[in-house]
Amino acid sequence: MAADMGGSYGSTLRYKTVDRLKPVGKHSLLGASGEISDFQEILRYLDELILYDNMWDDGNSLGPKEVHNYLTRVMYNRRNKFDPLWNSLVLGGVKKGQKYLGMVSMIGVNFEDNHVATGFGNHLARPILRDEWHENLSFEDGVKLLEKCMRVLLYRDRSAVNKLQIAKITEEGVTISQPYSLKTFWGFSAFENPTVGAEGSW
Amino acid sequence: MFRNQYDTDVTTWSPAGRLFQVEYAMEAVKQGSAAIGLRSKTHVVLGCVNKANSELSSHQKKIFKVDDHIGVAIAGLTADGRVLSRYMRSECINYGFTYESPLPVGRLVVQLADKAQVCTQRSWKRPYGVGLLVGGLDESGAHLYYNCPSGNYFEYQAFAIGSRSQAAKTYMERRFQNFMDSSREDLIKDALMAIRETLQGETLKSSICTVAVVGVGEPFHILDQETVQKLIDTFEIAGKEEGPAAAAPDTAAEEGGAAADQGATADQGATADEGVAPMDI
Repeated sequence: MAADMGGSYGSTLRYKTVDRLKPVGKHSLLGASGEISDFQEILRYLDELILYDNMWDDGNSLGPKEVHNYLTRVMYNRRNKFDPLWNSLVLGGVKKGQKYLGMVSMIGVNFEDNHVATGFGNHLARPILRDEWHENLSFEDGVKLLEKCMRVLLYRDRSAVNKLQIAKITEEGVTISQPYSLKTFWGFSAFENPTVGAEGSW
Repeated sequence: MFRNQYDTDVTTWSPAGRLFQVEYAMEAVKQGSAAIGLRSKTHVVLGCVNKANSELSSHQKKIFKVDDHIGVAIAGLTADGRVLSRYMRSECINYGFTYESPLPVGRLVVQLADKAQVCTQRSWKRPYGVGLLVGGLDESGAHLYYNCPSGNYFEYQAFAIGSRSQAAKTYMERRFQNFMDSSREDLIKDALMAIRETLQGETLKSSICTVAVVGVGEPFHILDQETVQKLIDTFEIAGKEEGPAAAAPDTAAEEGGAAADQGATADQGATADEGVAPMDI
């Protein structure tokens, strides 16, 4: 899972170093786009959820599927109150050898897939993922593929920030990378004079 | 004038540290017709004895499906049992709605026990007069619990409650070592044998017992009467038909149990003898 570290205050991109990848319990990893304070509210719900789950202390624990469904209910419930949490969420995880990846939108639309994205990622990253994703992707190749997607997003999405993190979740748990930047080259002639040859544009 | 000063109120302690109303509620469980449960690594089988309280009436249902993975068998006040079953069903369905996965059996049992406990600590309530054998399957395997009116709960390999349940317990205590690796069929056979023990010589027929199974790849379901009769026949465990002289005192003794199950006025005084909480202190 990859995300840049830009944080939005309403629709204003206001913060440049915000963790948007968070572990949830032992088996799940959450990524979020959208309003940062709404994301923090979701994290508070999840902390409570995991705490109460642990308090049973009976050997049962919520897996990624359960957390995903819980988030679906929270998001859809809030949209029904006409007060949606302004986020798109990606939830991945592994429990008992079972891999899971799904997403929830701010109005509660949800699905599982082999690759998911939020926001501009749906338009710019998923076409790449559809072409290049395959069942036996190694971790290294996965990281390369994600970086390719993030680079495209960085170039084409004005609100992307060149500071990102990559996280992985396995049976052993979650590891989130240190923030780093992608190498970029802005000297392409199309970037320098984008309107040349584009008739009717200014 | 008063036989016991300390048993009019659930919340009043006796000087000996007992709560008599709670003990009386547990007595209602003993007087209900028997229910048994046993489990292997992969399956739980619940069984019960059905007693009609009159020749003219049918018997009451004593085994309930809670969810695909959980079922209960009850002994005591059937009406209370139905209320608790409804509560368990709603808890399961709510958990399924939120998490799209089955509620762990142990958690349901704790919630149920907490509900029963509340009734032992409120002056305007009464304890539930029903014992529940909760059988179910979750990610940690098959489980069998006993829930008591006192708010206590216990996990068992095999257990029996209700009238003459001691005979079934004795039978299962002799055999429980093998239950863990039992096949589904052997487990049902042991269940029927344990039920037969509680009948004390009466013939085991599908018309007077119910058997239910839950297990891996098999959602909780109550076996229909023909299936049960076929099993009784193939196992050849119907037992001998007693003479009418031997059967007569049996039916007389059972009337108390049937009345308690019916949920009508369970006359504690009439049937209370040994093992009952003493009325004098």
